[in-house]
Amino acid sequence: MNEQTNKKTATRLLLVAVAMFGFGYALVPLYDLLCDVTGLNGKTQRADVSEIKNQKIILDRLVKVEFTTMVNTNLPWKFKALQNKVSVHPGELTTVKFLVRNMTDMAITGQAIPSVAPSKAANHFKKIECFCFTQQTLQPGEEKEMAVQFVVDSKLAPEIDTITLAYTFFNSNKNIKTGLIKKQPVAVAANNSK
Amino acid sequence: MSEAAHHHPTGLSRWLFTTNHKDIGTMYLVFAFMMAIIGGLMSLVIRAELFEPGLQLVDPNFFNQMTTVHALVMVFGFVMPAFVGLANWMIPLMIGAPDMALPRMNNWSFWLLPPAATLLIISLFVPGGGPAAGWTLYPPLSIQGGMGMDFTILTVHMLGISSILGSINIIATILNMRAPGMALMKMPLFVWTWLITAFLLLAAIPVFAGAVTMLLTDRHFGTQFFDAAGGGDPVLFQHIFWFFGHPEVYILVLPAFGVISQVIPTFARKPLFGYSSMVFATAAIAFLSFIVWAHHMYTVGMPVAGELFFMYATMLIAVPTGVKVFNWVATMWRGSMTFEAPMLFAIATVFTFTMGGVTGLMLALTPVDFQYHDTYFVVAHFHYVIVGGSVLGLFTAVYYWLPKWTGHMYSEVVGKWHFWLTMIGINLTFFPQHFSGLAGMPRRIPDYALQFAEFNMWSTYGAFLAVFSQLIFFYLVWKTVKGGEKATDQVWEGAEGLEWTVPSPAPYHTFETPPKVS
Repeated sequence: MNEQTNKKTATRLLLVAVAMFGFGYALVPLYDLLCDVTGLNGKTQRADVSEIKNQKIILDRLVKVEFTTMVNTNLPWKFKALQNKVSVHPGELTTVKFLVRNMTDMAITGQAIPSVAPSKAANHFKKIECFCFTQQTLQPGEEKEMAVQFVVDSKLAPEIDTITLAYTFFNSNKNIKTGLIKKQPVAVAANNSK
Repeated sequence: MSEAAHHHPTGLSRWLFTTNHKDIGTMYLVFAFMMAIIGGLMSLVIRAELFEPGLQLVDPNFFNQMTTVHALVMVFGFVMPAFVGLANWMIPLMIGAPDMALPRMNNWSFWLLPPAATLLIISLFVPGGGPAAGWTLYPPLSIQGGMGMDFTILTVHMLGISSILGSINIIATILNMRAPGMALMKMPLFVWTWLITAFLLLAAIPVFAGAVTMLLTDRHFGTQFFDAAGGGDPVLFQHIFWFFGHPEVYILVLPAFGVISQVIPTFARKPLFGYSSMVFATAAIAFLSFIVWAHHMYTVGMPVAGELFFMYATMLIAVPTGVKVFNWVATMWRGSMTFEAPMLFAIATVFTFTMGGVTGLMLALTPVDFQYHDTYFVVAHFHYVIVGGSVLGLFTAVYYWLPKWTGHMYSEVVGKWHFWLTMIGINLTFFPQHFSGLAGMPRRIPDYALQFAEFNMWSTYGAFLAVFSQLIFFYLVWKTVKGGEKATDQVWEGAEGLEWTVPSPAPYHTFETPPKVS
C-alpha cells in the first residue's frame, strides 16, 4: 500500500540510529574538553618556567600539599613519596621527590598518572617538571629517585587550604596491561626468576 | 502481497519465516517468558546465598556473575522483548493496520534474540566465567574480565540491533499505517507511549552500543578510552553508559504506563482523564530522561554546580510522573469499578510504581544519595519501579488481552490467586531491602553483617514465593490457550478501541481493508 513511504521512514530512522552511535563516540572528545575547562577529573596543568618566573610569591598564605602514591596491581613495583606533605606559598617553586623500585628482575616500563583533589584546584596546580610527563623504564631491581617541580598558582580559590596530589603507576606494556587471565604468566615469570 | 497474505503456513517453518505480526508478537512473548524464568532462577541463587550471613552456596565470583547476568537477562531478555511483543500484537490492531510496516525486518528483529540470549548464557560456562562487573559493566573491572565479557559485549550488540530494528518498525507502523481518521491525538495511549519509547530506544541504544564497542577495543585492540594508564578515564564510561542507562529505565516503564492507561478506563467504565496531558507528560518524561543521567554517579566527584543541575532536573521528572498518577486516580474517581485480574494488576502497578518513584526522589537528593549510593536501598528502589511498574504492567497487559489472543476467558479465581501471591511475594522481597539499605548494607556483596540477617531472611522467603507463584501464571495461560469459556469480541464490558471490534480470537489477518475511525 505505502511500501515506499515505509522504506523512506525506515531509512531516515536508521540514519538517526547511526548518528546516535556516532554521538556516543563524540562524547569522548566532548568529555575531555569539559575536563580541561573545569579540571573535573583532576588532571594537572603543565607549565613553563618562564610562565611562573614573574609570579609573585604570596608570603602570607600557606597551602598544604599532600602526596599519595599507588601502584596498579599489574605493575610489580614499589612506589612512595619521600615526604608526605609540604607547605608552600602560592607562587613559590617547590621540588618534591618520589622513590620507585622495580621488584622483579625484568626491565619494565611504567607510566604514572596524576590526579589532583579537590578538582577545583587542578587548574591551579602547575607542574614544571614531572616524572609523569614521560614513561619510566626501570632495569631489574633498579631503584630510582624521581622529582616533581610544581607551583601552586596564586589564583587558587581562597577557601582551599589543602591540595592532594595522587599518583598511580601503571604498567605500560600492553601485553600484560589487562586481564586476570593474561596477568598470570607475568606473576609466574616473576617467581621463577628468583 | 495479497498472495502471501492469505497463505497460512504451519509447522516449524511458520515460526521461522513468519512475517505475521501476531505470530512474531507471540514469539516475543514466549521468549520473554522463558528469559523471565532463567532470570528468576538466577535471582533465587542470589537470594538463597543471602538467606543467611556468611558464604554458603556459591563462591563470590559466581555470585557477582549471577547479579550481573540476572540483570542483563531481565532487562534485555525479558522486559524489553515482552513489551516489543505486546507492541507487535496490539499496535496494528489498535490503529487498524493489516500488519507492521516492515514485516520482513520484523522477523529479523525477533530472530536476533535467541542467538543473543544463548551467547549470554554460554558466557557463564567459559573459562573465567560470565561477566561479573554488574549490569553497568563499569571499567576497569569490565576491561579485566575473561572472555565471558566479550560474549556479553557481543550479546549487547545483537540485542541492540534487534531493538533498533524493532523500534524503527514500530515508528514506521505508527506514523504510516494508521487507519483513515485515526489522528495522532486519537491514538490509544498504549500506541502513544510506544511511539515515544521507540524514539527513546533509537536515541539511547546506539550510544550503549558505542560504549561497549569502546570497551571491546580497549580490551583487545589497543585503544585507551577508559584505561587511565593510557590517558583514558573510567568515569567517561559511566557518563556514556548512563546517557543510555537513564532513558533505558523509561524504555522499560513507559509501555507499562500505556497499558494501564488502557486498562483503568475499561474497568472504571469512564474515559481516560486528561488524555492530552497524558501524552504530553509522557513526552516530557522522555525528554527529561536524557538530561539527568549523572544522578547515577553523584559520588564520582562532580562539581557542585553539576550535582545541583542533575538533582533539580531529576526532581523535575516527578512533575509529569505525578500528572500521570493523578490522571489514573482521577479516571477511577467515581467510576463504576470492577476488580477483574487486569484491573487488580493495573491498580497494583500504580501503587507500587509510585512507591518506587518516591524512593527515586529520595535518591535524587545529592547529599542524601552519598549515604544511599550502592546500598540495598537502591536495589529496593529500582525493583519497585521495574517489578512494580514494568512487570506488573506486563501482567496487566496479558490478563487484559489474553481473551482476545486465545478466544477464551481465563479463570478469574486462578488469576486472583496469582495476583495476591505475587503481590505478597514481591513486597516481602523488596520492602525489607529499604531498611537494610538505609542501615548500610551494600549491594552486589554475597555476605553481610549479622544485623541485616532478618531483613534478608524475609527477602529470601518473599523471592521464592514471588518466583514460584509464576507457576500459577504459567498454568493459567496454558489452560486459557487450551480452552475455556468462549470470549466475546468485546471481552470486557467497558472496553473501547479497534482491537475489540475484531473477533476473539483475533484472526490471522485483520484489517485488510482499513476500518473507518470517526
